[in-house]
Amino acid sequence: MTNKKFRDTDMQSIIGWILRAGVLISMSVVFIGGVVYLYRHGQSHADYSKFNGVPDFVHNTSGIFNGIITGRGRAIIQAGIILLIATPIIRVVFSAIGFVLEKDYLYLGITILVLIIILASMLSGHAG
Amino acid sequence: MSVIVFTLIILIGSYFAGLLGSLTGLGGGVVIIPLLTLLLKVDIHYAIGASLVSVIATSSGSAAAYVKEGITNIRLGMFLEIATTAGAMVGALIAVYIPTHYIAILFGVILILSAIMSLKKKVESINQEPSKLAEKLKLNSTYPTADGAVAYNVKNVGGGFFMMLFAGAISGLLGIGSGALKVLAMDTIMRIPFKVSTTTSNFMIGVTAAASAVVYLQRGYIDPGLSMPVAIGVLLGALSGSKILVHTSSSGWLRWVFAVVVTFLASQMIYNGFTGKI
Repeated sequence: MTNKKFRDTDMQSIIGWILRAGVLISMSVVFIGGVVYLYRHGQSHADYSKFNGVPDFVHNTSGIFNGIITGRGRAIIQAGIILLIATPIIRVVFSAIGFVLEKDYLYLGITILVLIIILASMLSGHAG
Repeated sequence: MSVIVFTLIILIGSYFAGLLGSLTGLGGGVVIIPLLTLLLKVDIHYAIGASLVSVIATSSGSAAAYVKEGITNIRLGMFLEIATTAGAMVGALIAVYIPTHYIAILFGVILILSAIMSLKKKVESINQEPSKLAEKLKLNSTYPTADGAVAYNVKNVGGGFFMMLFAGAISGLLGIGSGALKVLAMDTIMRIPFKVSTTTSNFMIGVTAAASAVVYLQRGYIDPGLSMPVAIGVLLGALSGSKILVHTSSSGWLRWVFAVVVTFLASQMIYNGFTGKI
């Protein structure tokens, strides 16, 4: 592996691996949370006909964290969903690293721009 | 309805939505949203949130395979993601202010457009015409075929970019991958070979959906109890679909069946939107 330049094919296999691992891990977490949720709330009444947001304990980081510790299924599911949403974003971060190694600064700029847009989206959602 | 029955119904429905979505290339979201809103009376905001989660799961899962085969044009995808993520952000932000029945009507219209698109005959054409902008952006590439690597050039970069802004906004507004619009932009405007445009579109869908999902997450649109069976069901369905696709190549009749089903669902969405039931 000495003196071997980082190439597009290397980037392809790393990106492929990240996407696969991200989906596998996050969906396993969602599945585990789902089992816990059904075990605890299987007989409750399901009603989604009126929009009233989500329960507080799955709406912020500390709530989700506490929920996981106390074994609440929906908090575990939500953590899995957040991991899933993070997967393509992590892929973009790794592409940026790849473009640095390839010394492709035009595409490094493009990739960073995409990350800035996602960040802006995250912040704008918070404001509203 | 108890949570366990509700979850099982959604799991089975989502499985078939994912299966059909992958066999026809339209994606699972287009079936799952009508199923949730029309049949199970779920509020459309929750339905959009859950669908978006399933879109990220399936597109990332299948993109992983295509990227490794070297068909996906990563630079092209990266460049166009500027447009789709910006569009998705705007779409998700305005979704809050648009009355739900307008969203339902718009959903129906996009659904019918996608169905028509899926029926169109695909003619593989390789564009050799050089374009200055495409060269500067290093968008021209090659892709593997049975007879070795084929080189292609990308045309009309600006037009494709603009169309991607629109595709991103629709994705953010309706919680679907809007793969049909992405393929339209790349196929007909940028003249990219069909195989490359479908896989690159798939590659972009995950990031696009993530850009609007971060907004939906904070707005409380993504409910874990609902998203769990939708995401698991659609993902498993899509996996089965891709296994079937490897063994059969002619899915012509299936496209027709799906187009009819989708058109029916779309008209229901539009009708319910107009009568204010959604």
